[in-house]
Formats: sequence, C-alpha cells, structure tokens
Amino acid sequence: MIDIKDLHKSYKIGKNSLHVLKGINFNVKEGELVSIMGSSGSGKSTLLNILGILDEADSGSYHLDGVPIKNLNERIAANYRNKFLGFIFQSFNLINYKSALDNVALPLYYQGISRGERNDRAMSYLEKVGLAEWAEHKPNELSGGQKQRVAIARALASHPKVLLADELTGALDTKTSYEIMDLIQQINDEGKTILVVTHEEDIAQMTKRIVHLKDGVIIKDEKVEQVRALEHV
Amino acid sequence: MFSLERWQEIFETISKNKLRTFLTGVSVASGIFILIILLGVSEGMQNGIEKQFQNDASNIINIYPGTTTLEYKGLNPGRRIQFTNEDYELALSGKEKVEYKSADYQIWSRLISYKKEFGSYRIQGVMPDFQYLENASIIEGRYINETDLNQLEKHIVIGNRVKKDLFKDESSLGKYVSLGGLNFKVVGVYTDPGGDREEARVYIPITTAQVVFGAGNNIRSMGFTLPKIDNYDEALAESNQFTAEIERQLKAKLLVNPLDTSGIYISNNIENTKEIYLLISSMKLFFWFVGIATLLAGIIGVSNIMLIIVKERTKEIGIRKALGAKPMSIVGMVLHESIFVTAFSGIMGLIFALGLLEFFGPMIELDFLVNPSVNFNIALSTVIILIVAGAIAGFFPAWRGAKIKPIDALRDE
Ligand SMILES: Nc1ncnc2c1ncn2[C@@H]1O[C@H](COP(=O)(O)OP(=O)(O)OP(=O)(O)O)[C@@H](O)[C@H]1O
Ligand SMILES: [Mg+2]
Repeated sequence: MIDIKDLHKSYKIGKNSLHVLKGINFNVKEGELVSIMGSSGSGKSTLLNILGILDEADSGSYHLDGVPIKNLNERIAANYRNKFLGFIFQSFNLINYKSALDNVALPLYYQGISRGERNDRAMSYLEKVGLAEWAEHKPNELSGGQKQRVAIARALASHPKVLLADELTGALDTKTSYEIMDLIQQINDEGKTILVVTHEEDIAQMTKRIVHLKDGVIIKDEKVEQVRALEHV
Repeated sequence: MFSLERWQEIFETISKNKLRTFLTGVSVASGIFILIILLGVSEGMQNGIEKQFQNDASNIINIYPGTTTLEYKGLNPGRRIQFTNEDYELALSGKEKVEYKSADYQIWSRLISYKKEFGSYRIQGVMPDFQYLENASIIEGRYINETDLNQLEKHIVIGNRVKKDLFKDESSLGKYVSLGGLNFKVVGVYTDPGGDREEARVYIPITTAQVVFGAGNNIRSMGFTLPKIDNYDEALAESNQFTAEIERQLKAKLLVNPLDTSGIYISNNIENTKEIYLLISSMKLFFWFVGIATLLAGIIGVSNIMLIIVKERTKEIGIRKALGAKPMSIVGMVLHESIFVTAFSGIMGLIFALGLLEFFGPMIELDFLVNPSVNFNIALSTVIILIVAGAIAGFFPAWRGAKIKPIDALRDE
C-alpha cells in the first residue's frame, strides 16, 4: 500500500539546512496498523506529512497504492489527498462554525457528492463512532474525545485507502485515549490500513507493528503482540 | 463555479460571521450611496444652473419669417414671408432627433377679463411642447395638451402675473375668462424663470388660435430643441447641421434666395451657452471623480477585510486543502463571497440612495439645486461596476488563500 525508498528531507533555516530524514526505507501492506515512534524532533511528523502528500521529499521515491507520488501540482495533490488519504490530527482540526455532521460531510463536498447523499453518508459514519445524537452540535460543544471521534468519522467518510494519525491521543486523557484506540482497532479490524505517530509506549503497543525513528533513520521495525484497548478502558 | 453548493457554503460562512460581513457591506454600501447621491446632486445642479441662466431651454432653436432682400426666380425683393402649418411639417420632415417641437401663433396684445377685472396680455397659440421650449413650469393644473389641440378646445393656461391681476387671491382653475368675446376655461397656471414679463402671457391651443383669430393655417414661428449632448462641440455641430437643413428646406419651398440672410431668421441659442456647457461638464467630471474615488476607497476596504478574513481562515483553508480542496475552489470561495457581499451591499446602497433621491429630489428647489435625480442607465452601470469591483477586491485575497500550504496552516503552535 505504501512503499518508500531512500527518502531524504531537509529544512532550510536561513543559510543552514537541517537534515531531518536521512534515507528512510519503509513498506506498509494493506490492512496493517503501524505506529511510528521516536523522540521529539526525530522526524515523525515530517515523515507522516510526506506520506500524506502535505509535503514533498527532497529525494527518494514514494508509491501510494502503486501510484508514484512525485512532482504533483496542487490540483492533483488535492485530488489524491481527497481520494487516498484520511487525516487525524492531535488538535482535531475541525471547522469550528460547522456542525459535526457538516464537518464529516466536508471531504464528500470536495468529491462533488450531492448534499443529500453527503449528509446520509456523514450520518452513518457519525453513528459508527457513536455520535449520531451529536450530529448538529458544533465542535466547541463537544469533549476532546468526541471531537476526535468526529475527526475520525471525517477521515473515514471519503473511503480513503490509508488513515494517517499524528499524535491522535496527544490531547486526551488516558481513558479517552484508550477509547479512541479501541475505535482505531475496530476500524483496522475491518481492513483499513492505518499509520499512527505517537511517542506513548502504551499507545504503540495497541498497534500491530512499531517503527522506531531516531535522528532521521529507522533504527528498529518490529511486529508486536497487539494489546486490545478495550481490555484497559 | 457558482453552483448551488457553493451558495450554500457562502451563506453558511456569511451567517457565521454576521458582524464582519455587515461591516464590509456597510463600507461598500456607503461608497455607492455617496456616488449615487453625488451624481444626483450633479444632475440637480445642472438643472439649477440651466434654470438660473436661461429663460428658455438652453438649446432652443427658433425660426422666424423675415422680409426678402434679394430677388429670386423672378420674385422681387421686399417680399414678406409667412409660415404656415405645412412649413412647420416640412421643417420636421426627415429629422430623427428632435426633443421638443412647437409652432406658435401669437397676438401681441388682447384684452382678457374676469368679472370686473381686465388687462391686456399677449396671447400665444401653442403646442404642448412649447412649455419646455419656454422653460415654463406649471404650478397649478396642467399645460395645453394634444387633446386641446385636436378638439380645438377653448382652454387657456395663464401666467402667474395674469392670475394675480385677474383673480387676486381667488382660485382660477376651472373658471372662465373672456377673450375676444369668447369664454376660455383656465386649465393651468405657470411660472417662468423669465419673471413678470414672461408671466404676463396666456397660452391657448394653436389650432384654436388660428380659428378664433382667423389666421387660417398661418403660424408665426417655430421652435425646436435637440436631445442634449454633454460634449459642447458635438452639440454645436449637430445643432448647426439641423438648422442648415431646415433653412435649405424652407428657402426652397418659400422661394427665398439661398444667399438671402433676411428672408428667414434662425436663432440658435446653443451659441450663447458655451460657458454653461463647460461649467456643467467640468462639474460632472468632478462629481464622477469624487464618486469613483469614494467607491475605490470602498473596494480597497473590502479587499482589506477579505485579506483579513483569509488570514483568519488560514487554518480552515489548510484543513479544507488537506481534505481535498483544490486551489481553484479556494479562489472561487473567496471571490464568490467577495462579489456577493460587494454586489449585495452595493445594491442596498444603490436602492437607498435612489429611494432618497426619488423621494426628496422633487421637493428640493434651491437656486442652484433643482430636482436632483439619477437616470436608470447610470444606476445600472454602477451595479456592473460593483460586480467587477467585488471581483477585483476579492482577487488578491483569493490568490493569497489559494497559495496557503496546508502543512503551514495546520502546524500546531
Ligand atoms: N517547516 C520546518 N522548517 C524548519 N524546520 C522544521 C520544520 N518542520 C520541522 N522542522 C524541524 O525538523 C525536525 C523534525 O521535526 P518533526 O516535526 O518531524 O519532529 P517530530 O518527530 O514530529 O517531533 P514531535 O514528537 O515533537 O512532534 C525538528 O528538529 C523540527 O524543528
Ligand atoms: Mg510531531
């Protein structure tokens, strides 16, 4: 599903350049649930942004479901993001003046789906994350856990091939974090490919594979015995 | 680009940001409001100036008969020329652009009486348009109309002086005055910027006058105006061409030597009005300039506010892009909102200004400001200006929005 080879990325800061990713080789197959771990500044978010076509690598290759991702213009990049990817952010990034339902329906708007069908589909995903009764509420009327559920519903709504989550439990307490991870595990059980960036060991243990990043290279890539989140809620 | 879906999006964002949208709208609405009011005042001042400087319409062309001084086709000089109805018809034939037209027949002085009061006044047989040629304004009742003309009605419109002389404080409308042994019904009273002298006259239908005074189909003179043109040189050229043509037609029919300058007199008022034209056109230019500058300030205001809006919505735009919004859809979103807000509030300002002019305009009657108003075409073109303005105002913010990188917009602080 995801195939990257010898990926490099540096940031220019004034005259200096900061080499963040120094040759990443990495594969994710369909249906995997992978966590990327590493200390702060190790380049986790940088890697995830490149995978999410929000940023571009300096060199190396990236194929997403067999499609080469290179030198895309903004229009095609937007199209790929819409079709292939679902994002979940630490700070939720919901649009605060839209209701939960409208937030979930937004990616479908950009797919050119009619309003009626958009709302039907958005509603079914809100049901899936257990927030059907909250459909008409604005984000500021929801708890952190609820907001993240709305964000997950939104990420799922466009039927993406891959879900990308950056510190999705970073703003939540432990109990809520586990509830969210339970939802992530359920979605993965249904076959969705999911990548999670985290620096919390317990969250990582709830995935099926942990990739350790340090100073811009992968130092360890291991399969783990998945801990079911439900048992800890 | 302007799909129903987009409209829904726009209304949603607008209704979520009522105050901001309202403030943007007010700046455009007031810009347009000021522009329209200025144009109205400009028109009003033009009316005022014309009224101040002219007893008669500023562009009136009068044609009088004279006495020939040259022999022509066997006819001796010293022949008096007399115009008839046919000559008037001839003068009009083939003329497409005539604004007002009238022939007249007059009796220099006749006694008019009402009860015990009487006085000697000039009697003029006229056509309906004569009112505008003379710049007479009706203060009561109406002027001579087509029906009076066709039915040979014994109707009379009297000057304010005449009314004061004969009726004192009594009302005159519908009363009968006696003229040459016949009773004429007073249908209107007029005032004329020419003052007492021009108000000491009475008007009756020319057809009636010709019968009552046994004039057959003789007329004394004829007057015309051409539609106004703002450019003096063009107006002069058009007017000269018009008179030259009439002169040629009349001289040919009445057998006047083409070189004879006294057989037919043509007086063209436009030659005396060059200064007024200049004054009016520079005034118009000035008002347009001020108006457009005001509007421009409004546009810059909208552009600024849209820029702030885009900046405020940077994060939202980043989210939209991460969810698959294409740059063009962001441009469309910002432009659409900008055009909608500008056009909508501009039209509100327009309606308000037009309403104000429509309502108060006719009441204004100062020396230099008469009936300020704006014509429909100008109002329409300002609406088009508004839509273009909205697009221009939205363009830079939209561009800025389209170039926002989602990764920059979404970075957690
Ligand atoms: N746009 C940028 N310009 C310059 N430097 C950047 C930029 N984005 C990230 N960096 C730098 O690149 C390095 C890697 O950043 P990145 O955000 O990928 O780290 P991370 O592993 O996600 O860390 P954290 O766990 O704190 O989120 C850091 O040193 C950061 O300062
Ligand atoms: Mg990070």
